[in-house]
Amino acid sequence: MSSSPDNLLQVKIWRGCADGAYEDYVVPQQDNQTVLDVVTYIQRNLDAALAYRFACRVGVCGSCAMTVNGRPRWTCRTHVSRVAKNGMLEIAPLQNLPVIRDLVTDMTPFFEKWQEARGRFVPGEGPKDTLARVPPEQKERAAASAAIECINCGVCYSACDVVAWRDDYLGPAALNRAWAAYNDVRDGDRVGVLKAVSTGTGCNNCHTHQSCAEHCPVALNPTFSIAGLKRATLKASVKGELSK
Amino acid sequence: MTPRLYLLQRGTAFVMVPLVITHLVVIMIAVHGGLSAEEILARTRGSAAWAIFYSVFVFAASIHAGIGMQAIAHEWFGLGQRAAAIAGHIFILFLLSLGLRAVFGVYGL
Ligand code: SF4
Ligand code: SF4
Ligand code: FES
Repeated sequence: MSSSPDNLLQVKIWRGCADGAYEDYVVPQQDNQTVLDVVTYIQRNLDAALAYRFACRVGVCGSCAMTVNGRPRWTCRTHVSRVAKNGMLEIAPLQNLPVIRDLVTDMTPFFEKWQEARGRFVPGEGPKDTLARVPPEQKERAAASAAIECINCGVCYSACDVVAWRDDYLGPAALNRAWAAYNDVRDGDRVGVLKAVSTGTGCNNCHTHQSCAEHCPVALNPTFSIAGLKRATLKASVKGELSK
Repeated sequence: MTPRLYLLQRGTAFVMVPLVITHLVVIMIAVHGGLSAEEILARTRGSAAWAIFYSVFVFAASIHAGIGMQAIAHEWFGLGQRAAAIAGHIFILFLLSLGLRAVFGVYGL
């Protein structure tokens, strides 16, 4: 490790709760270093009290998301070389969620909205041992497949202006999941999903900014899913299915 | 926003598309043709077709803008859902009164 300034990163990290402040750290730069590596270096070598979250380090678990130089990112797969500005990094907790401490947010509202949007499977009436046939080329199957690989990281939720403006908006991740659930033809209550997402806090509040799609680390497109929900709820509403 | 409001907003936008185009094209042709305001009014006064045309326009625009203002009042100015809905309705009435007054002028009441 060299100590020449060229090889040093100037890192600002948010410390404390919502009313906290940034603290400065100097971290040696390394090849192929990720933002999560930087945070881990600080916690292990400079400040053992720093709180942050991670688990898999390989972009699967979705627990390491933070705001890096103003944008929400999955830190374990974000290379410093790609995001540092003149050797500087500013790392903060995700936006639009309550801060517990330092880089750790309380994800409770995020996951409660998945439940509110009915982003879960409801079994149908059929006997348990009949296997549903869902051909891969089926329209619904394709729509569900396009939306299903969400890692629950909260990046899109943090990037969405409408969530920032009104904290009751269900948000891109929950609505994206609802779209996947709605397109599961085995589901016993598909209209139930449409009812859940067509309330005053649901899909029709989306402004189609595409900020969620722009930031989603696994390249999902919640905006597209929400557009699907808008069409489906509109049709169901015209047919009177939502009030039954 | 509920699907009903969404439908109303998209529906009014849809209605306005041909109306806006017709309005602009007619105005441009009339002005290029050298018609003065009085000559234009002489043609619209007493014309039920133009009165209906602009009345539909005014209703569609007022409803469309009122729903948009309701969202802005809630999202940007922090009004509660109910207060924002009331503000939206007041805005609709305000635009309707301005717009219909103009329609009466064009028709010549
Ligand atoms: S497209 Fe919709 S859900 Fe996505 S960031 Fe914009 S407003 Fe939020
Ligand atoms: S949709 Fe993308 S950004 Fe949003 S929670 Fe899922 S993986 Fe993360
Ligand atoms: S630590 Fe699991 S996705 Fe980053």
